[in-house]
Amino acid sequence: MTIVVSTLDATSAVFSCDVLAGEPWLYRLAAGQTLRILDLEGNQAVDTLFFNADDPSERYSAQDTIRAQGNLYLGAGTALVSNEGRVMLTITADTCGRHDTLGGACAAESNQVRYALDKWPMHSCRDSFLLACARSHGLLTKRDLPANINFFMNVPVTAEGRLSFEDGISDAGKYVEMQAAMPVLVLVSNCPQLNNPCNAYSPTPVRMIVWD
Amino acid sequence: MTATPPTVGTIVRQELVPGARHWSVELRRAYGLRLTDVEGGANCAALFYNAHQHLERYNMADTLKAQHTAYLTRGHCLYSDMGRILVSITADSCGWHDAFCGVGNASLVAAQYGESHYQQARNACHRNGRDSLLVELGKWGMGLPDLVANVNFFSKAAVDTTGALHFVAAHSAPGSQVELRAEMDTLVVLDTCPHPLDPASRWQPKPVQVDIVYLGAAGEDDQCRLSRAENGRGFANTARYHCQHDHAGH
Repeated sequence: MTIVVSTLDATSAVFSCDVLAGEPWLYRLAAGQTLRILDLEGNQAVDTLFFNADDPSERYSAQDTIRAQGNLYLGAGTALVSNEGRVMLTITADTCGRHDTLGGACAAESNQVRYALDKWPMHSCRDSFLLACARSHGLLTKRDLPANINFFMNVPVTAEGRLSFEDGISDAGKYVEMQAAMPVLVLVSNCPQLNNPCNAYSPTPVRMIVWD
Repeated sequence: MTATPPTVGTIVRQELVPGARHWSVELRRAYGLRLTDVEGGANCAALFYNAHQHLERYNMADTLKAQHTAYLTRGHCLYSDMGRILVSITADSCGWHDAFCGVGNASLVAAQYGESHYQQARNACHRNGRDSLLVELGKWGMGLPDLVANVNFFSKAAVDTTGALHFVAAHSAPGSQVELRAEMDTLVVLDTCPHPLDPASRWQPKPVQVDIVYLGAAGEDDQCRLSRAENGRGFANTARYHCQHDHAGH
């Protein structure tokens, strides 16, 4: 795991906001801008997707990203690749060390399967993604939601092929930064999952900071 | 109008899908899709959709996390995004099928194997998994938004402690077979282009034989249903769906 500290100063940022747990966030990032996602209180999974802002049919692709770097985990230096095989953003700084892209988003239906059939009324990332789609006035729909990134989430795979959801390796104040190589729509669900340790059983806010 | 189902084990259709071709079938509930790597070293990329509502589709993440696995083999279920089981893996002599490497594309294939166009090579020309799946999806009114993370049957990329992937050559022996049983009516879209991490420099895509076989619905003692508590709940969700929508009198 590689730790790369940012050289950017928060006082020169052009945008900043806090996203509460259980809320979606849709933001347009211009080419060349850098986004920092700051884990304010620690161990908070941030479910994230990227779309080409000029043509949202081009989107983040977990499988193309994994194939292109020959590695399952995302970290400093990772190029986030689209379903067109193009680099959308590059991770330029990371004080956490490892981020997941196999675990996807929680949903009412997958919570039923994973935990209990009566868990369906619990809030989920998929509901937040769909709310953001509804608010996008047709720009994004359910069809546009592929496997997402889980920033700050730790999902190690063993040599035997076992996949597990471990306690987070993130902590209060850790962050990940990425620079856009094209205009991108950033779609985030700040994860409300209460059934596993991905949010340390206590979902908390994260801060979004943007630099030109 | 409901026809009497065939005897369990009856093969109702056989096709040989040559290397680097695309194919699809609507697999009815309780029917099986038996894939055979005839020569060894094949790759079969596959995607799965609810035959009646293509918006419900195979979900790589939900499938892997529900079963705490990074690969697929006998006893595993392939989940849709709606918490239901599209197909389960009822038999497998290969042991590991890749779930996260995706498919190759035109520029990757050209860089690895060289250019080979139809104009010169006719039907031996080079094809790639992405374009092949898009063509086959197009036949069903689908396209790029529907092209999600696929399964690569007969292929393995091993994972080391750093997360680095190592393609395992000669992973699938000649005659390797995997059998999928539809737990709901499922559109299966597949192609037989080489795996995107296969380092071979020679273009030699392998054929896959496809048998459609009547297997009957999963029993209460079914190995996939009982393989983990999560899969029991997945089967329960799928049964609920059939109570609401099944007009075939199951």
